[in-house]
Amino acid sequence: MTIIRRIRYKKVGRKATRSRMGNAFVVFFLVLLAAFMSFPMIYTINTAFKPMGELLKFPPDFFVQNPTLQNFQNLSNAISNSTVPFTRYFFNSFLVTGLGTALHVLMASLAAYPLAKHKFPGRSFLFMLVVLSLMFSPSVVQVPQYLQIHSFGWLDTYQAIIIPMLINTLGLYLMKQFMEQINDAMLEAARIDGAGEFKTWWYVVMPAVKPAYLTLTVFAFKDFWNNIGPVMMYISSESKKTLPLALTNIMQGGIARLGSTAVVGLLLMIPPIVIFLATQANVIETMKSSGMKD
Amino acid sequence: MTGDLKIRAARTTLLQKIKRSGASYAMVAPFMLLFIVFMVVPVLMAVIYSFSNYNVMEAPRFFSFRHLFDNYLRLFLDDEVFMISLKNTMLFAVITGPVSYVACLLIAWFVNDLKPKLRAAATLFFYAPSLSFNVYFMWKYVFASDANGFLNSTLMRLGFISDAFPWLNDTRTTLMVVIIVQLWMSLGTAFLAFIAGLQGIDRSLYEAGMIDGVKNRWQELYHITLPSMKEQLLFGAVMQITGSFAVGAISGEIVGKPSPLYSAHTVIMHMEDVALTPRFEMGYACAIAVVLFAITLSINQLIRYLLNRKSDRTL
Repeated sequence: MTIIRRIRYKKVGRKATRSRMGNAFVVFFLVLLAAFMSFPMIYTINTAFKPMGELLKFPPDFFVQNPTLQNFQNLSNAISNSTVPFTRYFFNSFLVTGLGTALHVLMASLAAYPLAKHKFPGRSFLFMLVVLSLMFSPSVVQVPQYLQIHSFGWLDTYQAIIIPMLINTLGLYLMKQFMEQINDAMLEAARIDGAGEFKTWWYVVMPAVKPAYLTLTVFAFKDFWNNIGPVMMYISSESKKTLPLALTNIMQGGIARLGSTAVVGLLLMIPPIVIFLATQANVIETMKSSGMKD
Repeated sequence: MTGDLKIRAARTTLLQKIKRSGASYAMVAPFMLLFIVFMVVPVLMAVIYSFSNYNVMEAPRFFSFRHLFDNYLRLFLDDEVFMISLKNTMLFAVITGPVSYVACLLIAWFVNDLKPKLRAAATLFFYAPSLSFNVYFMWKYVFASDANGFLNSTLMRLGFISDAFPWLNDTRTTLMVVIIVQLWMSLGTAFLAFIAGLQGIDRSLYEAGMIDGVKNRWQELYHITLPSMKEQLLFGAVMQITGSFAVGAISGEIVGKPSPLYSAHTVIMHMEDVALTPRFEMGYACAIAVVLFAITLSINQLIRYLLNRKSDRTL
């Protein structure tokens, strides 16, 4: 079997092959790196299930010996000096992430369609602005943004942590690149059938770019879900704080709160990973058209 | 006469074009209006306020022509902490930028050779820190300065050190710790773009390469693979450069804000310090923002230019 396969490979000349040493090195390198990358995750999972005795044990163990759910049950006590139930942080996180993600994906897809497929004055200028904005981090403009939020009277409101983040230009960029591959004949057919531009967008374009809007969903979800800087800056009342902020609060409790910290970390960690897992093939499909042309 | 006519014709067609494009404008409007309000306007505000002493309490007073660049002069001549933070930010960029870029490429290259199911699992494994970077707080417990820290207790158990080393408090190690954490979460969008780029390469190119005398994987990478994914390489470079200049919040959370002797202070952190309570020196903070903006943008453009020139020569 292996012999047959080898012969076939040679005949087709699929790819240059790596030496056996090279293969061994690659596997070794990947395993080592994977261990480094997943280290905090595995540490978090193990710590979340450790009973009190193991958390305070010296020297600490990496792996949990007698897993328990104690830390999960203690979670509500852990955020003790706060005036709101800990479920409120979950609610806020899901509210901000859900609303933000949905709005971002809709707005970016809607704007990407004319940028990719229409010819109108100002189109290339707008797209140039979008590409330019990929070249600096939004945190550069946080001081003037703070002044804006302040003057709009948005301090300590949900919109302060949703609206400025809707304009993540990476999403618009990826969506526009992906939409360029759509066959023009399809759009022409829709127009001949009498569909307006909005109808064409919703019934023809959007179904054709499913991988791209799923990708935008993953990226926006991860950004809103993990968002911490703006939340720290704009939100002051406990009832509007999100999960990452609750995490930093619990962390102040030091080693005694390690168990609860790990539980919150675990709960924070899971949703983006699950969503990526479900959409991975679509994400890779979308990134194939991410290239920057000059 | 004919020239005048031509201009008039051009004008009407532009006007007509704009009128005809109503639907297009309506579609880009929601995103672009917000984009202008929350991105274009803040950039302009930063530039304008950087020439003033705005401090929130009073209306901004703009500098006279002779003192126009006072904020900028103060930054470079009279602000020791800014120079430290600039040096640290450049160090971050010079180390994490190229290292993470090459890591993204090499790991994507290796992962791409795996069988589909294993490849999907490996992709998730390497991308997970970017998905859930809030778990970075665990590094605090790994590098904790007391004997309870994971690294300290492990090194002590193995007999490398006899006393706990203050990783998060020693000025010699704080920057290194932040760089490690930064590298840990740097396999992001660029990594995914590279994996996608590798999968999109036409297999017959490799076949042709074999016939043309490509002998090993490295030659194949250099002569076939990299030139075929030039556009992804450019996109990835932009992503990694932009990311490597934006280090701020993570450093503050791990080694403290400010870190001992500002050893891991970054430009973003310094900007926040200046802008927030009790200083509120918004004008000065805006000058810092403009400097960082200019550096990030010009390095991005430079790398873009270099990558383009390089790939033109090899192609």
